[in-house]
Amino acid sequence: MRPLKLVPDNTNIDFMSFRKIAAVISTVMVIASLALLVTRGLNFGIDFVGGQLVRVTFSQDVEIEQLRARVDALGVGEPTIQQFGSARDIAIRLPVPENETPASASQAAQKLRDTIEQAYPGARVGSVEAVSGKVSGELFEKGALALGLAMIAIAIYIWFRFEWQFGVGALLALAQDMIVVLGFFAATQLEFDLNTIAALLTIIGYSLNDKIVIFDRVRENLRKFRRMGIVEILNLSINETLSRTVMTSLSITMPLLVLVFFGPDVIFGFSLAMALGIIVGTWSSMFVGNGILIQFNVSPENFDRKAVTANANAERVAPRER
Amino acid sequence: MLDFPPWKKWLTWATVIVGVLLAVPTLLSGTSIGPQLPAWMNKTKVNLGLDLAGGSYILLEAQTSDVRNQRLETMRDTILGEMRRAPRIAIGDISTRDGRISFMVRDVTQIDAVRERLLPLTAGAGLTGQRDWNIEVRDTTRVVMTPTEAGLAQATEQAMVDATEVVRRRVDELGTREPTIIRQGSNRIVVQVPGLQDPQALKELLGKTARLEFKLVDTAADPAQLARGQAPIGSQVLPYPSSGAPIAVKRSTIISGDQIADARQEYDPQTGAPIVGIRFNSEGGRRFARVTQENTGKPFAIIVDNSVISAPNINEQILGGAASISGGFTVESANQLAIALRSGKLPVDLTVIEESTISPELGADSIQSGVIAGVIGTLAIVVLMLFAYLRFGVYANIALVVNVLMILGVMALFNATLTLPGIAGFVLTIGAAVDANVLINERIREERRRGRSVNSAVEFGYKEATRAIFDANVTNAIAAVMMFVFGAGPVRGFAVVLIIGIVTSVFTAVTFTRLMVADWLKKRPRELVI
Repeated sequence: MRPLKLVPDNTNIDFMSFRKIAAVISTVMVIASLALLVTRGLNFGIDFVGGQLVRVTFSQDVEIEQLRARVDALGVGEPTIQQFGSARDIAIRLPVPENETPASASQAAQKLRDTIEQAYPGARVGSVEAVSGKVSGELFEKGALALGLAMIAIAIYIWFRFEWQFGVGALLALAQDMIVVLGFFAATQLEFDLNTIAALLTIIGYSLNDKIVIFDRVRENLRKFRRMGIVEILNLSINETLSRTVMTSLSITMPLLVLVFFGPDVIFGFSLAMALGIIVGTWSSMFVGNGILIQFNVSPENFDRKAVTANANAERVAPRER
Repeated sequence: MLDFPPWKKWLTWATVIVGVLLAVPTLLSGTSIGPQLPAWMNKTKVNLGLDLAGGSYILLEAQTSDVRNQRLETMRDTILGEMRRAPRIAIGDISTRDGRISFMVRDVTQIDAVRERLLPLTAGAGLTGQRDWNIEVRDTTRVVMTPTEAGLAQATEQAMVDATEVVRRRVDELGTREPTIIRQGSNRIVVQVPGLQDPQALKELLGKTARLEFKLVDTAADPAQLARGQAPIGSQVLPYPSSGAPIAVKRSTIISGDQIADARQEYDPQTGAPIVGIRFNSEGGRRFARVTQENTGKPFAIIVDNSVISAPNINEQILGGAASISGGFTVESANQLAIALRSGKLPVDLTVIEESTISPELGADSIQSGVIAGVIGTLAIVVLMLFAYLRFGVYANIALVVNVLMILGVMALFNATLTLPGIAGFVLTIGAAVDANVLINERIREERRRGRSVNSAVEFGYKEATRAIFDANVTNAIAAVMMFVFGAGPVRGFAVVLIIGIVTSVFTAVTFTRLMVADWLKKRPRELVI
């Protein structure tokens, strides 16, 4: 039996000749995403802006307008009513009341729940969430802080382990990934909540994996082929790791697509974001991270003085055993 | 690198077996075998977060400014009592404005005597050796007592400890199973009750401070004045919801909730209406007997949290230390008040600032579709790996399954909680583990193409790939630790799985597969199809 090869051996694709167009595409994606973020903004979930969210499964189809009128009549604020999953699964969201007291979010949610249970017998309330404005602010700060610090710490590690050019490359590539995924959330208006932050973190994790694999090969080749130009080195490195890139992307995208199509409705946006993040992450490893290396004209000299220490580190990971 | 000494081999296998065994109780918990497992096994189990299991989460915040005010009030009362002690010291103009107590001493020569009496009322606070109140004399006759920050912090801390205990008792009284009650930060309490679907009763119960007071009704109050919200000197106006009109009561408390020994929901023997029966402790019983004797024929008010529940007449002296509160209760509301009274007064008011309730159906839906997606996804990977790397794909697949079980096992060991974002952490970890094997196997392929022998290709493959695997995992570990330290809620749930997953996936994808490969290489295979 012969193994299945998705990528033929010894490919020699000139990826870097595509880098100028890729840079334009990247720039356009980032600018478009930023524009979307500014104009449409993110559809923050109640985790981040406070308010109440009640998910109901009705026993029969409901008139959305009638439901809206009923919720309006409560006088607890303008409701946002959305379907999720089937037509009978409805999510009703209320904003933080104006003169908010700490307890009012929780009280308004209870009112909403009582009304629905009375007006629609047989309706099942799936979940009730109420977050006061004060807590939501803290949650947002903490989420953003975790995200930002994680990215900076990673860049510093890569700087130590490789060279500063690689750290900058990784950081910019990660920033592009984040901005494009955020732009996607702004464009689709999918709910952006704490779970989405977890998705973003997953994307960072995956995307880093990808960059480090290529950077590692670049470093290796820089030492091996001392007279080769950086563009050729990058092309060689990407080609050499191409079959790995394809295999890994495929094996990660598969479970994600399954999650998108068969997964819980609650994490639909989450799975979709991750799938997108993987595509963007692969793109940015190839063109953004590497593009920066070309900009800084990384050469074997960058590694000469570090070669000894870097090797010593590698030894610790994989001790040579006779 | 491919040479495993026996001790290392056994250690690796032992780790794998222990890790997998630890996951067993978790995997069986949903089946009929689960409950039959011995209790010690069921203790090491992964808990499902409320988003997966269903239940209620309530975040309470304490009004810590209450503590400040209460301390002032208590201190003022104590000072008044101390000065009245013989030989009496005349003081006046006492106030608790601006967060401090100040009063005048009528006789200037007694200032030192006052200071001597006040000093024992203060105590050391915190680790600094600072006292909890500062005493100073201004303009020779005015004494000012200021609470120190250290004293306040200590009092707040004590109040929070007590409040958490009262919350615990009240939640337990509701008979819910396995509630979690944790202090969070300086002034918050998290209550998590798995399976609880309607948190309304719980919220009402926790929202009650349950400060019970018996006070005499001020019958001399002028109704017109009362309607304007004014009370005679020495009295205060309180709402009386069941009668509609507010009522004036004397400021001094006859008896307070601290003297309660027990409270139960009962039925009025005459009308059959639900009431709350209370029993005083011996001190409270004596005091109640004395007051009812002195005030026979007069009405007194039963006050809970500054609202009058009822204001009956005292018909005769009440002995035996028992009393009952009636006042238009339903069985539920009487029961709730009884629970609140017997579990003690909350030292601070608590407000619900965050709440989330997820029905078990929604949680079960999430798990089910999560599991289906997980199984399909894993199968897809397994098939892909098998076809791409044949024998080495089999090793990678064994490592993948072991990895999943080991993550569960380690999580069970720490009694960690699996949440929806935790499942995302799983996906990432599985991805990283597969990637590690892909890297290794691709590298072996490459080395083989370059003409290395089977043994040396495998050896180089592992060695060269390990460097990238190490770097990738350390970076991810850094990110995960950052998330754990600085993140909140779901982000932390994600980070926990990630940190555990990084360790287990490096172990299974690198060490464990290498062990299997090394065993196979001992058979001296002449060809390696990869």
